[in-house]
Amino acid sequence: MKPVIDSIKGIVKDIREKITKNETPSVFMPIRSLQNVSYDLKEGYFKLLGREKERTLTANTVKTFAQTLLMMKESKGLVETDDIATKREMYYISKNWGDAMFKEQPESDSVMDDIEGMLTVNREQMGFVPGEHGGAVAGELIVVDKDSETGKPIKIDCTKMGSGAYSVPSSVEHLKFETKAKFVLAIETAGMFERLNKHKFWKKNNCIIISLSGVPTRACRRFIRKLNEEQKLPVYVFTDGDPYGFFSIYRTLKVGSGNAAHINKYFCVPDAKFIGITPQDIIDYKLPTHPLKEVDKKKIKDVIKNDPFCKAHKEWQKALQALAKMGKRCEQQALAKHGLNYVISDYLPKKLKDQKSWLP
Amino acid sequence: MAQMKLAESTGTTKAHEMAKKQREISVAEFFAKNRHLLGFDNPKKALLTTIKEAVDNSLDACEDANMLPEICVEVIQMNEKRFKVIIEDNGPGIVKSQVPKIFAKLLYGSKFHTLKQQRGQQGIGISASVMYGQLTTGKPAKITSKIAPEKPASYFELQIDTQTNKPEIIKEAQTEWNKKTGTKIELDLEASYSKGSQSIDAYLKQTAIVNPHVTIIYTNPKAEQIIFPRAIDSMPKEAKEIKPHPYGVELGVLMKMLAVSPARTLQSFLTTEFTRVSSSVAKEICEKSKLLPNTKPRKISRDGSEKIIDAINSTKIMNPPTDCISPIGFEALEKGLKKEIKAEFYCSTTRPPSVYRGNPFVIEAAMAYGGDMPGDKSIRIMRYANRVPLQYQQSACASANAIMHTNFRNYGLQQSRNSIPVGPMTLVIHMASVWVPFTSESKEAIAHYPEIIKEVKLAIQECGRLLASYVMKKKRLHKELKKRGYIEKYIPHVAKAIKEILALTKEEEESIETDLKKMLEQTRGKIKSIEAENVEYDEEFAKIGSKNAELELHEVDESNDEKEGGDEK
Repeated sequence: MKPVIDSIKGIVKDIREKITKNETPSVFMPIRSLQNVSYDLKEGYFKLLGREKERTLTANTVKTFAQTLLMMKESKGLVETDDIATKREMYYISKNWGDAMFKEQPESDSVMDDIEGMLTVNREQMGFVPGEHGGAVAGELIVVDKDSETGKPIKIDCTKMGSGAYSVPSSVEHLKFETKAKFVLAIETAGMFERLNKHKFWKKNNCIIISLSGVPTRACRRFIRKLNEEQKLPVYVFTDGDPYGFFSIYRTLKVGSGNAAHINKYFCVPDAKFIGITPQDIIDYKLPTHPLKEVDKKKIKDVIKNDPFCKAHKEWQKALQALAKMGKRCEQQALAKHGLNYVISDYLPKKLKDQKSWLP
Repeated sequence: MAQMKLAESTGTTKAHEMAKKQREISVAEFFAKNRHLLGFDNPKKALLTTIKEAVDNSLDACEDANMLPEICVEVIQMNEKRFKVIIEDNGPGIVKSQVPKIFAKLLYGSKFHTLKQQRGQQGIGISASVMYGQLTTGKPAKITSKIAPEKPASYFELQIDTQTNKPEIIKEAQTEWNKKTGTKIELDLEASYSKGSQSIDAYLKQTAIVNPHVTIIYTNPKAEQIIFPRAIDSMPKEAKEIKPHPYGVELGVLMKMLAVSPARTLQSFLTTEFTRVSSSVAKEICEKSKLLPNTKPRKISRDGSEKIIDAINSTKIMNPPTDCISPIGFEALEKGLKKEIKAEFYCSTTRPPSVYRGNPFVIEAAMAYGGDMPGDKSIRIMRYANRVPLQYQQSACASANAIMHTNFRNYGLQQSRNSIPVGPMTLVIHMASVWVPFTSESKEAIAHYPEIIKEVKLAIQECGRLLASYVMKKKRLHKELKKRGYIEKYIPHVAKAIKEILALTKEEEESIETDLKKMLEQTRGKIKSIEAENVEYDEEFAKIGSKNAELELHEVDESNDEKEGGDEK
């Protein structure tokens, strides 16, 4: 916890020194975009390139500059008192700053990401936590958490959640696991998760199922990574057959994002494998489809051109081109065409066995 | 049938009856009934018109004689409705024999038949004033005139015989006048005096603005004396008289010119009576009109004249010379405007000469923007023609038309389609020409010739471009000020955050704040003021002739103007 405070103080001391020397103070932070990451197959995640942006104190930046310092001040307070604030709460805290307050939460989130990059820590270390929970878990897993009052360990058995599920907390670093599962299955939609949970797919297949509910949160990514690393469990991902499923959900889970690249190293699952729905599945399983939306087409082009992950994998380029050529996209639920539980009885078992049908 | 014969022989037909009533109308009689045509619609306007005509005449006379004008105007209120006005100049005076005709005969004068830039045109104005005085008070006009320092002055009391349009001399005498030369007129008339943009005060002030070589000493009915001193000691460039240009001539005029010309051949008539007609152009006109160049002008029939007109219009003739025009000059115009109005920005322009119907003319414009002027009212327009302020019938004037059809939104003003723009602006338009085409004899509005409207528009646009660049600069400055305000606003937050993170003292926080402010100001440099300081502005001067809210009054007067005109009809 201490190192965060030290680096905050270090940065602010530099600023102060510059001011006393009559030099324009500035802060440096990594550029948060895909243009500033590289992807190395061996390392397995989006690594930050050295490019930084400098925020110099000028008339145009003075407001953001003030906000950055004020948020660092709040962070320091949180860490010192061992408290936390959600991103939303942070936004409301700013309402005390008078003229310097944030008008909308995205402004506040962006400054938070900047500071994160500046300090090269993750925001949980700064005392900030995301408001949303990290995903739902069910299956052959016992999560060992701590009681926040007594500090005693609590064991949560994810097989005993009934029709519900265990919810990944915003901070997962302290969690320990006990499991005999063979693999982890990450699922895009809550609906598909419900179906697999209801029919205890995890029991028959001796696995852990996790609902991502869209782009996985950092906590969820970290949670899966820990399972993968600490328990040596392979991770399989099951999303819709569309560019969003492939490159917003799966890619972010596997190699991280451009926006928060400084934390990718720990917040991704390089071992994850994509099992479906692949463009080939649409053909092989004769799945019902929808035409690609304009945004989808745009995303395909953009990904092929700019995404380092896609550039590194011919298979993905081919898959995207095939999808673009078909001009179609397919949802997980489309499997219901062959019967509601076809996904459990046929599709998933078949796909899990057939490595050749996966995408990297 | 028989009855009719009888009636005819006894001279009692309807036509005979009517014939008894048919008789000549004298010009004086006509104008006595139609005095609104001459600017005597109401008592207030009558006073202004009288003074205006006298002053215009004095200025024209002085300039013709190349003398720096010094004019005294005195208005004395006799009773509620009756006023006495005395206008005196230091001009060349008037030859004794001419005095009665000039002051007491309508349509008598030197100006109608000459094409030269001057104030007067018809020879109606001052005699109409005399007649108006006579009709409303029954008193004669008193004229004193002196033409040489060593000679005594002649004194007349004159009236007009409204039947015959001939001067009646009531009294004629020699008198001593302690003045080198000059003319003085004293008139009693029914009138009313008020202030405002259409007042005598405003007229004299505006005259002084565009005639910086003139001194005017004005005593108002409250016996307050206002002096508009001469600003420059040189006369304006002399306006030259020119011959008419063929393009402007009409059939009747041409026929008359043909009849009275001393020229022996049509060709020589064309080359001597008109400007810009060379012998080759004359030959071309003759050829096109199928008349021999050696035709005697007096022998040319109406048909022949018509052919000549057609021939002229299909022949390419060079534009008239333009050196006969004496504009005020854009610097002088701007200077005058600065004296009157406190604004942020001034600009002015003198257009190159142009031609309408064969008459050369020059348009000048000056613009004042911002400052004390109200931003939510129509712009103020000051119109001049040959250095005479035009105070009535603004909306009927060509300049108003040009303004309405110029896009002022480009210059940061509000404007609904085809209307006078709204914003903090005063616009001066001056037309100088050998013949200003007024819409009526009271000389209040310039006629809508497309050439004139076009030139006015171009002049406004020239000024407008300068204004637009100023408005842009101002916007940039505003942005810069906003940025600086931004700095002021957020620096304390920066300092506060630093203080709290590093646990500094209050003093240390303050020193960070001052250091930062100093630093940012250094990097942004000093702000340069772009508002020109107006050293010419004269508050006392600006007040002359104005009620407190002159602009409001202006609009009210405009509507009155029309209403009063309607009443007369």
